[in-house]
Parts: sequence; C-alpha cells; structure tokens
Amino acid sequence: MMRLPHFRFHAPRTVQEAADLLASASPGEAMIVAGGTDLLPNMKRRQQVPSTLIGLRGIAELRAISNGNASATLRVAPSPSRGDGLTIGASVTLSALVGDERVRRAYTGLWQAASQVATPLLRNMGTIGGNLCLDTRCNYYDQNYEWRKAIDFCMKKDDRSPERAALPGRAALQVCWVATSSPRCLAVSSSDTAPMLMALGASVDLTSAAGVRSIPLADLYRNDGIHYLTRRPDEILTSIRVPGADGWKSTYWKLRRRGSFDFPVLSVAAAAKMRGETVEAARIVLGAVASRPVASENAAAALVGRRLTDDIIAEAAELAAVPSRPMDNTDFTLVWRKRVTRDFVSYALRELRGDETTDLRRRLHAWHVVPGV
Amino acid sequence: MNIIGKPRRRVDGRAKATGQTKFADDIMLPRMVHCKLLRSTAPHARIVRIDAARARAHPGVLLILDGRDFPIPYGILPVSQDEHALAVDRVRFVGDPVAAVIARDELTAFEALDLIDVEYEPLRTFAAPEDSLQHDDPRIHEYGDRGNIHKLVSLEFGDVGRALADADKVFEDTFFYQGNTHLPIEQHAAVAAKDPDGKLVLWSSTQTPHYVHRALAKALDMPAAHIRVVATPNGGGFGGKSDPFNHEIVIAKAAWLLDRPVKICLTREEVFYCHRGRHPVLMRMKTGVNDDGTITGMEVQTVLDGGAYGSYGVASTFYTGALQTVTYHIPAYRFQGCRVFTNKPPCGPKRGHGTPQSRFGQEIQLDKIADALGLDPADLRLRIVEKPETLTANYLRLGTIGLAECIRRVTRAADWSSKHRRLPFGRGVGLACSSYLSGAGLPIYWNDMPHSGVQLKLDRSGGVTAFCGATEIGQGSDDVLVACVAEVLGIDPIDIRAVTGDTDLTPVDLGSYSSRVTLMMGNAAIQAAERARDLLADSVSRKLAVPKDRLVFADRRVFDTENPSVGIAFAEAVQLAEAAFGTIGTTGSYTPPRSAARFKGGGVGPSPTYSYSAAIVEVDVDPATGWIHVPRVWIAHDIGRALNPTLVRGQVEGSVYMALGEALMEEQIFRRLPPRLSHALVHKFPSILEYKSPTTMDMPEVFTELIEEPDPRGPFGAKEVGQGPLLPVMPAVANAVFDAVGVRIDEVPTTPEKILKALEAKAAGKPARYGPSHFPDVPWPEPLQVPPPWEGGDGKARGPERATPQVIQS
Repeated sequence: MMRLPHFRFHAPRTVQEAADLLASASPGEAMIVAGGTDLLPNMKRRQQVPSTLIGLRGIAELRAISNGNASATLRVAPSPSRGDGLTIGASVTLSALVGDERVRRAYTGLWQAASQVATPLLRNMGTIGGNLCLDTRCNYYDQNYEWRKAIDFCMKKDDRSPERAALPGRAALQVCWVATSSPRCLAVSSSDTAPMLMALGASVDLTSAAGVRSIPLADLYRNDGIHYLTRRPDEILTSIRVPGADGWKSTYWKLRRRGSFDFPVLSVAAAAKMRGETVEAARIVLGAVASRPVASENAAAALVGRRLTDDIIAEAAELAAVPSRPMDNTDFTLVWRKRVTRDFVSYALRELRGDETTDLRRRLHAWHVVPGV
Repeated sequence: MNIIGKPRRRVDGRAKATGQTKFADDIMLPRMVHCKLLRSTAPHARIVRIDAARARAHPGVLLILDGRDFPIPYGILPVSQDEHALAVDRVRFVGDPVAAVIARDELTAFEALDLIDVEYEPLRTFAAPEDSLQHDDPRIHEYGDRGNIHKLVSLEFGDVGRALADADKVFEDTFFYQGNTHLPIEQHAAVAAKDPDGKLVLWSSTQTPHYVHRALAKALDMPAAHIRVVATPNGGGFGGKSDPFNHEIVIAKAAWLLDRPVKICLTREEVFYCHRGRHPVLMRMKTGVNDDGTITGMEVQTVLDGGAYGSYGVASTFYTGALQTVTYHIPAYRFQGCRVFTNKPPCGPKRGHGTPQSRFGQEIQLDKIADALGLDPADLRLRIVEKPETLTANYLRLGTIGLAECIRRVTRAADWSSKHRRLPFGRGVGLACSSYLSGAGLPIYWNDMPHSGVQLKLDRSGGVTAFCGATEIGQGSDDVLVACVAEVLGIDPIDIRAVTGDTDLTPVDLGSYSSRVTLMMGNAAIQAAERARDLLADSVSRKLAVPKDRLVFADRRVFDTENPSVGIAFAEAVQLAEAAFGTIGTTGSYTPPRSAARFKGGGVGPSPTYSYSAAIVEVDVDPATGWIHVPRVWIAHDIGRALNPTLVRGQVEGSVYMALGEALMEEQIFRRLPPRLSHALVHKFPSILEYKSPTTMDMPEVFTELIEEPDPRGPFGAKEVGQGPLLPVMPAVANAVFDAVGVRIDEVPTTPEKILKALEAKAAGKPARYGPSHFPDVPWPEPLQVPPPWEGGDGKARGPERATPQVIQS
C-alpha cells in the first residue's frame, strides 16, 4: 500500500499558537491539516511533502457555528443581506455543517453542496475550511509518484525543467500536459462549497501571527492551478462569515459520474433574492470549470427585475455558460461538460422558481442521494 | 433435502462479518520484511543499464533483485510462456516490473526505488491494435502468429456464405466493447517464507493456487514437492487473480535468499497494472435471417487488444466466438478472431471471459433484427432458442436449457408487453439473453487427471473435515463444499470443517475460474461423501439388522426409513465403521465428459453444461443532455438448482452490479502524450476514485427470478451462477436506450456523451447510432472447415489439419 512520508506533527490548542508555529516555520516547509481527507492522500502520492504539519483539530474555537452580525463587517458588494448571518469555524466538519438546522433551513444551497461532498465517512473528517482550500485537481496531477514520473511530471509538481530542457527535441521548461502551450497550470477548482459560499456572498477570515484580515471569499481564489489561493503562507483560514439569508433562496447542482461519491466536474451555485415573483438580486457561480469558481455576472444581471419565466431562464442559462471553459483533465469529455452547463444552470433557476426538482435530482444522483429533499 | 435448496448463512459468513477472516495482508510473521517493485516508466524500451548501487547502500535495504535473477519465463498457458518475474532486457508497458527492493519496512523499500537508476532506449510504442496490425517491427514478443499479432483463429462450421446468400435478410454490424478491469476491493497481496524444514511457503490472494504452484516450481527451478502454496481468502477475484503473478515469484525468491518472510501488498495503481481484465474488442457480425426470425447463418470477426503479454489471451480469443451457438440455433457459423500485442497492461479473463463482448454485439443485433422484422424482441428469441441436449454447429454439447423459461419469467416480472415501445419518449426497456459455461471442459495444461478432488476425514466424534483445493474468493465455494457433504451424510454444516486452497493439505482443484467450482468440486464432494456414507451404512446395517437400502442419513442420525425410531446417532455410526474398516477417509473426484469437438481450437467452449440468463433493464434518458439513469433491472437465471439460494441471489445481484459498471462507465483506457514531447503511454487513471465504477449506493432495484430445472450433470442438479448473469445486462442497457430515445449505442460503455452524439446524428438525418464504423484489415488465414453434426460431421476438421488435441483452455 502507499505510505505517508515522515513528517513532524504539531497539535496547537489555540489559533494564536498555530499562527506562531506557522510563522516560525521555514517557507514551504509547513502545512496546515484539518480533516486530512485531501492532504494525507496527496502526501501518500507525494504531491505534497511538507516536513511539518500543524493540525487544527485541537483548537476548540474553530469548531463552532454561531449566529453573528456578519453584515456589519461584510465588504461584499452588493450586500442585500440584513440581520444575523452565520459565522462558521473553519474546522467545522462537513457532517456537522450538514447536521445544522440553521444551515438546512436558511442556506439550502450550502446544505445541498456540503451534503454532496465525497461520502459520509469523509464528511465526518473533512472540514469546511479544508473544502474551501481544497487542492486543485487534474488527471495529470492526481496520480502517484511513479505515474507522474512516467509522464516526466508537470509544472504543478516535481517539474524537471532543467532536465527536460536538456533533452533534444523536447519542449523546454515547464509543461502543463492538459494544454502544452498553456503558460499556467490548468488544474481544476473542485470544491463544492466554494462556489456556493461565493453565491451566498460569504467572506473569510485569514489569521496570521500579525493579525486577522477579512476578505470576500471570491478574493481568496486565483485562476491558476498552482497558486490558486491568495492566502499567504503564514495565514490560516479561520472562519467563514455568511451574510443573513433574509429573503434569499439558494440552490446547488452538481455534475458527477456517481451520485454516491465524486468530485464535481461542473457545478452551479445560484442564489436569488425574490420580491414576490420578481428577482431583486442574484448570483450564479460555476464550479469545476476553471482553476477557481467562476461568477457569471452577466447571467445574474439578466435576471434582476424579471420573473423567472422559461424564456428568462433559458437566456440566463446561455449567458451563464459563456465563461464555462472546462479542460480535458477531469471525468467526462470537455465538449459535453461545456454543452450541459446551460442545462445545469436552468435546473438551478427552476428550483429557485419553486419547480419540483426531486425527480430530476433522483435521476442525476441515484435514488437514495437526493439532497434538498 | 435438508440443506440443499434452503437459504442459509454461508459457512464463512461469521468470520467475514466479524472481521476475523485473515486475508493475505493480515499475515504478520516474525522477522518479516517488505518488498516493493520498481516499475517501468517507459511503455516500450530496451533496458540499457540498471544501476542499483545507491539503493543497495540505502539504510534498511536488504536485497535488490532484477531480471537477471529470473531467467526462466512462465505464463498461465503452456503456449504463452512469455513473462519474467522482473523484466529481462525489455520493458513492454508502463508498470512492467523492472527491479525489486526488499527492505525492513515498506516505506524504506519505497524510498529506495527512486535510488535505482534505469536507462531505457525507447522503442516504437504500440498504443492501439491498428498500430500492431500495421507494423510488424519491432516485435513486442518473439513469438506469435505474425509480427505483433499474437493469435489468429479462423474456423467455419458449414457453408456460411451460402447460408447468408439464402437468407431473406442479412444484417451486418460493427461493435466495440471497451476494456475494463476487475477492481477487487482487496489489492493483491502475498507473503513468502522458508518454513522450518527448509521448504518454500507462499500465502497469496490467488484464485488458482495449483497453477501458481506449477509456475513457482518452473520459474524458480525448484521441485514442486518442496513448495506449498496457500490461497488466502480473496477479497474479490473476478478473474484478476487467476494468473501466476510476478510479485509472487519475486517474494518467493527473496524469502528463499534472505531466509526471512517477505510480504508484498500491491498499491491500487499496481493492481491496474496486473490487470488481466476485459479485452477491448472490436467486432463485426453478419447474420442471415428468414422473415420468421430464424437464423440461417452467422459470421463473427473479432480483434482483441491484448496488451503486453499473453496471459489467458489465446483462450480469450477463442471465447469471443465460442458461445454464440449455445443460446439460439445457428445452422452455419464462421468465427475469425485476432489478438494483437500492444504496450499496455495485459488483458485476460474477467467475469465472463471473452464472451461478454460478442454477446453484447449479438444481442443488440437481434434487437435490430426484431425491429426490422416487426417482431417483439422476446418473441423472436423464444422462436429461435436452441433445444436442450443438442450438439451445436461448433460441437458444444448442451445440457438442460432454461432460456425460454428465463424469457417468459423475466418478461412477466417486468410487465414487458405493457412497457416495450409503450413508455413515453425518454424512458425505455431493453431485453437481452446469455449463456455461460459451468466449468471449462479442459484443463489449462494437457492431462487426463481429475479437475477437482475432495478428501473427507470422518472423526469418531462425529465431526467431518472436507479437504479440497478449491479457493474461496467470496463466491461461496467453502459453503458449497460443506453443503454437499452435509446433505449426503445427513449432518449439519456446522459439523463440517472445510480446509481449502492449500497445495500441501488439499487435493488438487484447478481453481476458481470458468465457473467450474460448484459443478466440479460439488460432484467430487458428493462422490466422496457417498463413499463415506456407504461405509457407515454397511456397519449400521449390520448393527441394526436393517437392509442398507432402507437406511436414511438425516438430522445427525442414521435410521430405518420404514421405522424411523430404529436408528443410531451419526457419531456412533462413524465409530462402528471405524471399528469395522479402520480410519475412515474417502475421496471423490470429478473429470468432465469428453468433448465432442475434435478440431484444433475445439478445446475452448466445451463444458459439462451451460447456464442461461435473461435480463430486462429499464432506462431513463434525458434527450437534452443524454444523461442516462437505470432505475430497475429484472433478471432471470437458469441455475439448475440453487444449492444455497442466498448465495445464488448474491451472485446474480453482484453480476448485475458489475455489469452496470461496464455498461455505463468503466473504462481501462490510456493516455498518450504528444509524441514530440514525450514517449509516455500511461493508464489514464489507475485509481479507485477516478476509474469510475458504481458503488453499492448507486445500485438500482434488482428483481431476481431463479429458474430451477435440475441438470443431471450438476451436483443436485446445480449449474453455474458466478458469471452468466453479468452477460445480458450490457446489451439490455443498449437495447433499452433504443427503446427510450430511438438511437443505437453500439459500444460499451454507454455514456451520456455518446447518447447525445447519437441523438444529434439522428437529428441531422444521419444514422441514429454511435459506434465504430470501421473494421481493420486482418490477414485472416483460410478457415478450418469443420462440417456441423447435421451435415454428417464427426467433430473433426476437413483436410490436412485433422484432430490434434487442443490444450489451451480456461
């Protein structure tokens, strides 16, 4: 079987202690681990080989979900929310999130997204913070060391530019095998909760030894498969602030091969604030079509001030699909993933309109996994 | 019958449910060390140099081995002895083992792999069968029928040309069946040790300890009598653990050299490299029919992508054309098969071995025929079902045939007549049928000995021990062994201990492959038990003064059938017999009947009897996206007799599960990087997450019907169930898609992308199908002409190539 490499493990009891440990580590040496469901398998495959791990499990303050007046500090614009939102500690497990009645009642989309991450066993370990920081994924990268050696590695990990440059007839320098002319890594953002929390207008707290900074979740991500987070190496994602759900409805739709267990290869997170049958504000965010979640602002704008008729839904779905640029590095063919983007956007908008979608979800996700029901 | 036919908890159920079953990786021995294999990173290359000096110097490394330590080749088939435990001079696919590190622990061994420097000189890469058919050089192997063609088969039974010319209609179709792998949850693992008296022991998760025993003796050049192979319970086999494997031979040698136990547990990626799974097969089928649906003749051509080694491939090739004749009456039949070598992990036997591919094509083509003739697909099949106790055109002797009853029962259960062609657009049902062997009629190496042996030891306490070489791979073979003995001796299964799969302790059984164990081991067990019962009956008859033929063995007693109160306990009967005859031990064995086929190639296909299945699959297809969902499956299986209905239903449902994976998503496929940048040809996703296979949570509802029509050739009338019920599901899915949205997916797997493309083709006025349109040029030899029985044939070929015994089989 695959074995973990040797590493040093720290188990701090406070955020401050964790931040200090991170600050004192040499650059690139230390990594943070919460549930370990992403990082530890990656370490077995030698995709990451930190010499030090700082575990967050012992920090009680990161495990709470609390009502908090998030709107006061929120800098996401436009922010239509009023009243209490939620503050979710980064170490809250996905199971705990799914089991929280406040989430289920007020943030349907988040509940749907979190309950579709991996399997129950992995959700018992995996955390919301970990899911937001999930390593980008790629069929050329999510392979063990020997496999990657057989393709001469790639720019995301173990790239052997000097050796490759020395080989006659070979492309010099760094290669992304997904598209060999690409100057950057095309690994895919595969978080279920990130697009949904973006659509809910969430922000995150990043804590370092120097202090806390709060940024809109959208600003946490970069469209680069390697440097996909704007988090500095000395920062810990400590909490997620979700604005109040007042008047907002949300939904999450996920394309994957198996209803039981798969990363998304396309997802649609949509939220809308309705006044009667008219859309007052909306956000649509696509997941797994780039190295970061992609907001479809044009599609959202097309909905504002209108009723969710079939025509309007079709128009918005076409617009939302425009920025969808799947690459050939996940399950399913990229042409088909691109093609069905509009269908998935329309499923989401129909559900926001109040259409019955149980049967559709059942067909997509097998009879037993019907989130939102 | 007190035991047989009653649903029971399997005898190994408690151990498995409570986590006490000892799999190979659970074995821990004092002083045990660990092995890792360095695998080729090149798809096809000459090994210029291996320098292991740095690895040897690494702390904790005990031994490094490479191809020079394993000069003797081996392989499962006598005609394909083309493997070395570690590559000699040449690597043939990414994953081919090149060197082995044995170290104090697994992590140290893994780290040392990267310290071995191997220099490769790249050779032309053969990525697809077309490459191998077009280029003879360099040869991947220095044997085979030509260039990179491993095997060419060409057989004709009757005048197919005339049969097609005389038909009212001729249907010609091309199909492709993608390769896929077994995906057992337990990765292959093994432990080897030199035992205290200086002999070699290997514990391994293998389906075929007897063949591993032979391969070890050959490859290590050791007397077989000094080697013991113990098959540990397999955490799933499905055909993937039925070859002797390089890792078994490597650790055996290492344990011998180090005089320390050596363990290896493969990673999931390495299991994908062991493979031996379903061959990708491109096939062309031409069938002549009359307007009433009767078949006049059929021609099947197949091209198999074999991967880098022979494995069971010659047998697999024959199997792609062997069983077309056992379901429906085909008066004239021609089969041509071609297996090529490519630089990919070797293909071999996966559940259904070589037959699912051509069954897929045949059953879809029948659906097309029914559609064209305006017949109901179920009615068409009922018209042409072959008769029982028949000799087919290719000389397969059929036993009982429950196929018509399967069709009737499954159509009734699914309410077929009110669904087929009657559901709204987007929903549909499809029907398909199949058949499979109940054990291969010939062994893998030519011999006249029994295929299965059972020994019984009767203890004066009343306990019985049953010894048999059969291997428990999860299918329930231990349970069948115990049930057969318990039924004959009239005792309870709990009174019997099964000792199985151990070449030191148990008589030979050829292994858990070809659905042979229940029939062959079961018959051997009944024979052994009847011999024991006879000895006991002798003694009891004397003691009770009751004629022997009036004695009944039941409820742990032996008693007078006419006066049940006159009798004695089973244990007492054993004591009487032991006093009279000495220690009570009996044996039983089973040898299949002689095959009627006497032509070269006739060794693949014969079986004592055949099972039959029919399945109906319901699908739900979204015409906008092509998304396909299977809510329900109905399946009827002709089992002869269900020895333990719980296990039989488990096998049927497990087959449906595995079949849906093949039908809808599984693909063992490869990625070639741009050749100007890289030589790489790698498995696309050797991972249990990214190789898509359904989980139990993705299963639809399955309704199982068992057809019990006992076949006198089987133990208590039983036939196989391990493989047959898988076969009809894939074509039934494709036929259901046609019923739902009117397009043909002539390919496995059936994916949303393909359905959408077919719908787009249909909308554009092109043929409403997705599938291959081209069949490559193959240098077929002239077919061997074998006149069928109804033309006065005697099973021999016409002309010079008469009757040489065929030894290839699986």
